[in-house]
Amino acid sequence: MTEAIAVAEPPIALKVSSTDVALEMIDVNKWFGEFHVLRDINLKVMRGERIVIAGPSGSGKSTLIRCINRLEEHQKGKIIVDQIELTNDLRKIDEVRREVGMVFQHFNLFPHLTILENCTLAPIHVRKMPKKEAEDVAMHYLTRVKIPEQANKYPGQLSGGQQQRVAIARSLCMSPRVMLFDEPTSALDPEMIKEVLDVMVGLALEGMTMICVTHEMGFARQVANRVIFMDGGQIIEQDEPETFFTNPKHERTKLFLSQILHH
Amino acid sequence: MSTMASTAYVRSEMVGPQKAPPSMIGPIGWARKNLFSSPINSVLSIVAALFIVWCLIPVIRFTLIDAVWTGDDRAACAQASGACWAYVKAYLPQFIYGRYPIDQRWRVDIVFLMLAVALVPMLIPRAPFKRLNALFLLTVYPLASFVLLTGGHIGLRGRFLPDDIVGPGPVRFALEFALVSFVIILLVGLGARLLGLRASQSGSAIGIVLGALAVVFMVVGADFGLVPVETANWGGLLVTLVVAVTGMVASLPLGVILALGRRSKMPVVRIASVTFIEVCRGVPLITVLFMASVMLPLFLPEGVTFDKLLRALIGVALFQAAYMAEVIRGGLQSISRGQYEGAMAIGLSYPQRMRLIILPQALRVVIPGIVGSFISLFKDTTLVAIIGLFDLLGQIQASANDAKWASPVTGITGYIFAAMVFWAFCFSMSRYAAFTERRLDRSRRG
Repeated sequence: MTEAIAVAEPPIALKVSSTDVALEMIDVNKWFGEFHVLRDINLKVMRGERIVIAGPSGSGKSTLIRCINRLEEHQKGKIIVDQIELTNDLRKIDEVRREVGMVFQHFNLFPHLTILENCTLAPIHVRKMPKKEAEDVAMHYLTRVKIPEQANKYPGQLSGGQQQRVAIARSLCMSPRVMLFDEPTSALDPEMIKEVLDVMVGLALEGMTMICVTHEMGFARQVANRVIFMDGGQIIEQDEPETFFTNPKHERTKLFLSQILHH
Repeated sequence: MSTMASTAYVRSEMVGPQKAPPSMIGPIGWARKNLFSSPINSVLSIVAALFIVWCLIPVIRFTLIDAVWTGDDRAACAQASGACWAYVKAYLPQFIYGRYPIDQRWRVDIVFLMLAVALVPMLIPRAPFKRLNALFLLTVYPLASFVLLTGGHIGLRGRFLPDDIVGPGPVRFALEFALVSFVIILLVGLGARLLGLRASQSGSAIGIVLGALAVVFMVVGADFGLVPVETANWGGLLVTLVVAVTGMVASLPLGVILALGRRSKMPVVRIASVTFIEVCRGVPLITVLFMASVMLPLFLPEGVTFDKLLRALIGVALFQAAYMAEVIRGGLQSISRGQYEGAMAIGLSYPQRMRLIILPQALRVVIPGIVGSFISLFKDTTLVAIIGLFDLLGQIQASANDAKWASPVTGITGYIFAAMVFWAFCFSMSRYAAFTERRLDRSRRG
């Protein structure tokens, strides 16, 4: 990981909209039973932003992004995605989920469906796209993540890296406006991390709005325009990657960085 | 390099595959490996072999060597020391049809034939038209069977409209049906409007259900010119199959609904499901059947009669559904949270998540459990004898007391025959399940 940072290229200058808000979290609080996992989270993400969320385990970073597509329910505050406020209204939730793609640590592909079927399922059943068209779209994205030849295999026949790339393609088939990544490389063998990160870098270069929970600090430096550091359910510090890595302000951030960068 | 000579090695010739020694392959190899691998194993093998022979000899003697194959009445079997197959032969039609009128038995034959013709391609994975086939088995077939077996033409007379507006008869029934449908559609439309749902969607679903019901009523009410046959005259294998097949077909969807209900987040749904499941599982099937046949009529209004077989069918289906629900719940629990979340994240709605992602995987996991519960249902059908229905076993029992064939071996022969028939059905189900499991396992691993 240290080497990756040493060779990392400087952050890519990409256009970030200054008016178009992709999503906003206002004073969001969440509890798991008695446990206060998210505390006064305020976050505004503009269209085209690439945000990396870092922090120790249990800091609430996964919970935070899982609130964005309502895999977790927040108890206080407002979450507005694409001008839709998340409430208990199931239709609003479905609407948000249609616009937000998510990639999980453990891929969560559907093992009983082929790669192609995994990708066409949501377009056909959620977007009501004709099957033929959905298959064309799926093949387009599978080609983009460089595994079109695996289309008719089952997830169990693919390597972890390939599965994760399929998971990314599956999300892209819904043409989401925001992509969430929940530790996408944490369950992968070291050799496969790069192939997944390459796909993610490619996505960022195309201007996709992304929020990534990851420990890949090289990726953060190369792609992110903002790094957020969380601990104890709160946002401790956020800054541009250059400043964040070279000149962290908060003690907790310094400690965290020293531990992951010089182990 | 020279100093390394003692440890360095390069193969110059590849060793080709050679035949395994004869003691390892073929029947001898198999026996050595599995039967005589150690002294204890050898002793056990010999003892077991002797035991099998000891059991088998009298069975074969009774059923084959000493058996009576031909004869017209008890005289043939009175002195026999083996099975009286002549009796089974004479009674076979009764074992199959019960007291179904002889000149009408072609109707039962058609029902059996249709089942076989539709079921075989359904069970062969490579056969085409699975969807159409399933549709036939679940819609056309039950309806056709009902009409063929009972004769159809059930008197739909309607109940509510006063006689002076329109007299009792199919017309009044049709009018009432139209009225009720109209009210239901109106209510659903209003409800959808109040809840802010899109009325067209729920409306079309209700429309389909009501339309299907109308077709069902038209078919069962129509006169096809068939002689009515009361279910009291049905018997033998016919009743066994009707009860078993209805129980299986009805219990699966009901079980799915109950299992999902039990895992629901809505307390009312959950509690209702749990109560139903636990009550059904907590009482013996005989009790349910007794309730259905003795208690239920007490609660119905005067003059309303309910066919005895129909009551048994409902009882068996509901009872079985409770067990099925628990089997399916096991499958649902085996599906990881990631699958639910993956399905949610791509925007699938609850029904879509269940239908496309969760149930296909969950049901696959519990195929052995489902078949196990089908098999026990098939054998439990014999309990309907207790409320006076003659299933295969009941029919055999009744015939064994017939004076014409009474002999010391008649009863035993009848039971052996019953056992053979039940075993044939259950064993084929079990083998088919094993085949399916292997197939699905293979396709998952690819």
